Amino acid sequence: MLLIEILPNKCDFCGCCVGVCPEDAIELKEAEIKIDETLCTNCSKCVWACPIEVLKFNKEKLGNRKII
Amino acid sequence: MKNEYDVIVVGGGPAGSMAARFAAEQGASVLMMEKDRDIGYPVRCGEAVSKAGIEEFIEPNEVFISTIIDKFGMISPDGTEVVIPLEQIGYILERRVFDYELAKQAASYGAEIVTRAYVNGLIIENGKVCGVKYEYKGEQLELRAKVVIAADGVESRIGRWAGIKTHIDFRDMESCTQVTAANIDVDPNTLLFYFGKDVAPEGYFWIFPKRNKSANIGLGVSGAIGKKKSSQAYLNKFMDEHYPNAPVLTRIAGGVPSSITLEKISAPGIILVGDAARQVNPLSGGGIVSGMIGGKIGGTIVGEAIKQNNLNHILTYDKAWASRLGKRHEIFNRIKNGIYNFSDEQFNSIAHAVSKVPMEKRSLGNLFKTALLNKPSLLLDIAKVFLIK
Repeated sequence: MLLIEILPNKCDFCGCCVGVCPEDAIELKEAEIKIDETLCTNCSKCVWACPIEVLKFNKEKLGNRKII
Repeated sequence: MKNEYDVIVVGGGPAGSMAARFAAEQGASVLMMEKDRDIGYPVRCGEAVSKAGIEEFIEPNEVFISTIIDKFGMISPDGTEVVIPLEQIGYILERRVFDYELAKQAASYGAEIVTRAYVNGLIIENGKVCGVKYEYKGEQLELRAKVVIAADGVESRIGRWAGIKTHIDFRDMESCTQVTAANIDVDPNTLLFYFGKDVAPEGYFWIFPKRNKSANIGLGVSGAIGKKKSSQAYLNKFMDEHYPNAPVLTRIAGGVPSSITLEKISAPGIILVGDAARQVNPLSGGGIVSGMIGGKIGGTIVGEAIKQNNLNHILTYDKAWASRLGKRHEIFNRIKNGIYNFSDEQFNSIAHAVSKVPMEKRSLGNLFKTALLNKPSLLLDIAKVFLIK
């Protein structure tokens, strides 16, 4: 399940997240960005590399599920 | 556009334009493809270069030079400011004009250029890159080439599609934010660098003066820091404290791959140049000139390979880059690691020591000497830089 969220209307399309993604899961066009959930492992490196807090690890999405 | 090219360059920044120019100069048919609407925009850069660095490629011209730099200023965590005259001058560029000029230079050597052409895949046959898949005017298309040059920047993915490991460790990514602000009353010829845990841990904060009292103000922080606090949060804090009412003309984000060059920057049918190859000077974070050098070396070798009809020749690019700059970047990277781990007290003591030196006797050399007293192990690395020269 994709837990990384891109907050709407905040992205500057700078590419930091793409550069650090080990899975090549992020696609960046001129002013369009998306995460491929079949490739993303929720490692969160993109969240840490984002200079302007556009990416977020959404814990709530996990709900009551436990990570084993 | 032709049906096929000798060389396709992906990305229209300084590295891409130089690769296109030098390949075209050897007689190759070249197409440079830019994903954005404009060459040179949006700018994601502090815009500082040395005069000697750009002179190898283009005659300095006031249309793309905002200010001339002849001093380096360091502000330590306790607020001590020391200014050091530079032996070699530098410039703050207007990148949106500069990049245009470089692209025009590539065009003057015969390279074709197209914007809003988004490359989203490679044509690979028998383990060799044979062209690109791209989106243009709403259509998904393919175009063949003997060699693809990936100049697609920090967000590069093209190398990965060719099987080269290109992603950057998040700790080596300097995540930057910058504003270009007006009414900034600083010396118009001094680069200002702020160091310390409060302003820019594991990096530096800069004020680079531009024409008419404007300035590029920004910082980079490593992903290891960004995990706790974002680059933007540091910038906002600085602006609130120092320039709360400064009109902001531009606000940008950007990433600087701040490490050594990738282990491999060529493969059959493809080479990587500039930020895509991680050819940034890891000590300064400067990537304009080093990217242009990478583009020149890469473009020339690719052009020669086409001319000699020997595509294996492109694989000599890795070595050529390593001997021109790659090896030196490895040493710069070690020096960076030494300096960025300085404590606030060490930065303060360097600034205090330099402030006791009379202005006419100050140089970057004795700034480094003072830094060495704080961290003698840097000596070996700095000595190597001078030996390699």
